[in-house]
Amino acid sequence: MAEELEYWAKGEDVSLRDAFGRVLLHAGAMRDDWVLLDADVAGGTGAKPFTQDMPERVMQFGIAEQNMMAAASGVADSGLIPVVSTFAAFGTMRAHEQFRTAVCYGQRNVKLCCSHHGLDVGPDGATAQALEDLATMRAIPDVTVISPADANEFMAAFHAVLDHIGPVYMRIGRSATPVLYDGPTSFTIGKADRLREGDDVTIIATGVMVARSLQAAETLKAEGINARVVNMATIKPLDNAEVIAAARETGAIVTAEDHSIIGGLGGAVAECLAAHQPALVEFVGIKDEFGKSGEHDELPALFGIDAAGVVAACKRAIARK
Amino acid sequence: MDNDQLIEQARLLRMHTIKAIYNATSGHPGGCMSIADILAVLYFDEMTLDPAEPSGRERDRFVLSKGHACPALYVALAMRGFFPMEDAYSLRKLNGYLEGHPDVRIPGVDAVSGSLGMGLSQGIGMALGARHQGLNYRSYVLVGDGDLQEGNTWEGMMLAPFQKLDNIVVIYDANKLQGDAPVSEQLDMGDVSERARAFGWNVIDIDGHDIASIKEALTQARNTKGQPTFIHADTIKGKGVSFMENVLYWHGSVAIKDEELAGAMSELGA
Repeated sequence: MAEELEYWAKGEDVSLRDAFGRVLLHAGAMRDDWVLLDADVAGGTGAKPFTQDMPERVMQFGIAEQNMMAAASGVADSGLIPVVSTFAAFGTMRAHEQFRTAVCYGQRNVKLCCSHHGLDVGPDGATAQALEDLATMRAIPDVTVISPADANEFMAAFHAVLDHIGPVYMRIGRSATPVLYDGPTSFTIGKADRLREGDDVTIIATGVMVARSLQAAETLKAEGINARVVNMATIKPLDNAEVIAAARETGAIVTAEDHSIIGGLGGAVAECLAAHQPALVEFVGIKDEFGKSGEHDELPALFGIDAAGVVAACKRAIARK
Repeated sequence: MDNDQLIEQARLLRMHTIKAIYNATSGHPGGCMSIADILAVLYFDEMTLDPAEPSGRERDRFVLSKGHACPALYVALAMRGFFPMEDAYSLRKLNGYLEGHPDVRIPGVDAVSGSLGMGLSQGIGMALGARHQGLNYRSYVLVGDGDLQEGNTWEGMMLAPFQKLDNIVVIYDANKLQGDAPVSEQLDMGDVSERARAFGWNVIDIDGHDIASIKEALTQARNTKGQPTFIHADTIKGKGVSFMENVLYWHGSVAIKDEELAGAMSELGA
């Protein structure tokens, strides 16, 4: 029988890959209606504990992501839920057309869970640092896009993703990231979580940027600026109501993502605001360039996506009011 | 169904397909004609299907990887009772539901395709899913020359034998003409049977227009354990309509003129 899902303690630094491994084992024990599809990177995505303990639940494709993704469509047709896991550059780019056409247009219930996105990848450098995955996945009709902020939220989100019917793209963070949520954590797809109230500016953040945004809000508070912080773990469908409320109530928006400033969370928020509640926006993200090698805790400052970068963006936003 | 009956089904399939493409004013007749005999055997003899339950869990699956030949598939489905033939005649139209390339929203269509090279993998997924769940259905994938030029197909060609998938059959419609030129000029693939064999497949070479050979190959495939089967069907593009046979123009997408329709109908005994 399924054991109780064990959550991490708030304040610990935990990689979302560890959460992926843990929740796979938990969901594997709970239900037998899903299988894991891997392309020789279980050691990198965090799925290893599952592939070792439940090898009969794994479909191994070798390093052939296009085949794996189109096959996932067929596996879904057979009645199973395929959880496809690889690095974001391969899952969302090499196999993009297979995901778009065979999976999403094909109305297949496939869950694509990818690690190695953003500068969070670190030393592997630009090749592996997918900075475009949120933008390209979000553009596909009918797909749900999720980017959890910490290990506990990841595990709750994964269970919600398995329960959800339809294709999902989910980001698995690589580096150790502060645990922000107490367990047991709940997760509702499409619902933003306001982590901090404030009325001068709203930081809408996703993934690893949520913790940095909370840090930034602390710094701003010391300077007399009250920043609201929203964890936008679901990029699509976007929680429009929360975005509109932020614009109305704080009058300035900063988006923060470990992703290109083109087309990801910032793009989604800007589209929402342009349509419903025009407001000024500052974008924290990678500014239309490729990443580079470096440690995951060195690169953010270089590219302006550390807490200081968020602080600066908030001040720019407020100055524009 | 006996061979004479299947030959008759193939004739009807060709006739309705030409009419459907004529109505649509666009489509790919050449590649439909080359697979008509194969489709007739699959849909009227080989596969276990239930038009009343088009998404039944245990049904056999068919993936038309060369999705541009879907008019022939739609006609086969209509002939098997999945929807009325008049619907097949409305393909590619704004007010119809039969898309220009296969769409799973259409009753009886098991996979989306039309972007070449993705069909084999989808069939492999269906076969893996069947094995995982102990289901007995089989997965049939019809590929064309263009599919074999796509790298994705060869990823699947590697995996299926390695995984010893014996519940999948690939039928290769080797009609030797592709969109802009003969295959031999665009990207000649040499001895495809030898390549498939080297990848570990049970390869059967047949005349793709000989009903008895198609049936026999599918039976052999069914009896082959621990290995997937690759049926290399030598075919003629446009087969059955003399002025279309081996003529690149009829790859499509083309409109069929009134006099061409009349000629085709007369040859097909309509």
